[in-house]
Amino acid sequence: MSIAVNVEEKLFQNRYKVDHGRPHIQIKDASICANDCRGRACTYICPAACYKLEGNGTVTLSTDGCLECGSCRIICSEHANVSWEYPRGGHGILFKFG
Amino acid sequence: MREKFDAIVVGAGPSGNAAAYTLAKAGLKVLQIERGEYPGSKNVQGAILYSDALEKIIPDFREDAPLERHIIEQRMWVLDNESFVGSHFRSDNYNKPPFNRYTILRAQFDKWFSQKVREAGALLICETTVEHLLMDGERVVGVRCDREGGDVFADVVVLADGVNSTLARKAGFHDEIRGKNVALAVKEILFLPEEMVQARFNVKEDEGVVIEMLGKITEGMVGTGFLYTNKDSLTIGIGCILEDFKNKNPNRSAPYALLEKLKRHPAVAPLIEGAEMKEYCAHLIPEGGFFAVPKIYGDGWLIVGDSGGFVNAAHREGSNLAMTTGRLAAETVIEAKSAGKPMSAQTLKAYKTMVDESFVMKDLHKYRHLPEVLHQNNQFFTAYPELVNHAAKTLFTVDGADKHSKEREIRGSFRASRSLVGLMSDAYKLWRATR
Repeated sequence: MSIAVNVEEKLFQNRYKVDHGRPHIQIKDASICANDCRGRACTYICPAACYKLEGNGTVTLSTDGCLECGSCRIICSEHANVSWEYPRGGHGILFKFG
Repeated sequence: MREKFDAIVVGAGPSGNAAAYTLAKAGLKVLQIERGEYPGSKNVQGAILYSDALEKIIPDFREDAPLERHIIEQRMWVLDNESFVGSHFRSDNYNKPPFNRYTILRAQFDKWFSQKVREAGALLICETTVEHLLMDGERVVGVRCDREGGDVFADVVVLADGVNSTLARKAGFHDEIRGKNVALAVKEILFLPEEMVQARFNVKEDEGVVIEMLGKITEGMVGTGFLYTNKDSLTIGIGCILEDFKNKNPNRSAPYALLEKLKRHPAVAPLIEGAEMKEYCAHLIPEGGFFAVPKIYGDGWLIVGDSGGFVNAAHREGSNLAMTTGRLAAETVIEAKSAGKPMSAQTLKAYKTMVDESFVMKDLHKYRHLPEVLHQNNQFFTAYPELVNHAAKTLFTVDGADKHSKEREIRGSFRASRSLVGLMSDAYKLWRATR
């Protein structure tokens, strides 16, 4: 049984320096997520829930809460539809304890 | 004139700091580049520090390193949904200095280590992401940073850029990481007054406990949970093989859902009750072992730490392998430099020989079949935890049934679940994978 968890509440404890307007991860081709990908594993594997499955079957990405783990890029092995870079120097997650 | 260094180290985690420190200490001109605001701000670990690997670099580290608690007790728990069967090892020998291992908080520890690196003479620049390596044909000659005029050059580049190994991957030194070769772990730090940590874990000031957990908490995926005691906080986390989240996870459980379930487990909940969560982290751990280690040297480059897949998953060791490979890479470069040799693949091959001959590759070799065996045999994470807990419950519950009948019932449950041949074959597989 899966438990419903509010990830936003967890992420709220973290410190970020968001690089506004310059997401370091992008979905290369949204139509592949909507039409070709059945599993959409990113929508439940991303530990920060950055990927959301919308009602119309598309997948949207917001990188603001990203923990920079790299999982989304690696699990998208079939379609390789994630363009993934680290944020620009100094931006992104800033762990206080790590 | 462009500025040139003897060595550039990319990353300021344990492997990068070990490399940069050793190089700078030997008098080489070292540039270290870190993408975080400060060293440690991008780094995540359980975290246990193993003294031996650090002693070989900074023998008197205990004088000022930020250490949380030295470990005097190791608990291993096998859990089903309601119970656990555990083995605990606690020894007063672990209370005699020098202590063997400590819990640490990486953001603080990495900052301290980095300070040592700078005192040794290395130049550190933070808030700078290396975009890719600069090549001259097959040879790495420097790095391009995301700063204006961000090209810097060196005789050799040490890649300590972490598990995603972005730079070597972009340069084509190895392929994309495979989902079966990394574990995705999530964890939280939970604050609790020092006295409460000590009372709940039955330890005195500065003494600590490690709990490693295995069983139904990972819902059939290959993985483990952990709970570590820090000074006035606890670290709790859980990690599973990334590919399993995709392929062996019919409920589509998110990693944070597993963590939440672990926190609510009746064996865990009382230990963390009332603690205040102050950070939530996620990180990949390279757990592919021996066969997943890529090529670790070439013309003008060396790979160290997580970037090279140097983690002994069976023993939950990583930072010590990171520091050791970082040190060995540095020693290779120092020796080549003093011999006046070029930093060619042929020269740097000595690094691989040293790593092969150290405990790093010896241990990875010992457990080389383990990832595959665990991958193909889910019963170690599903059936066995249930059977073991059922057996304990049957044996220890006094209900009027005679002990012979109880034992028969337990044997029957094992046979029904795994069959006699299955049980023997499982034992053989585990023995073969760990001998």
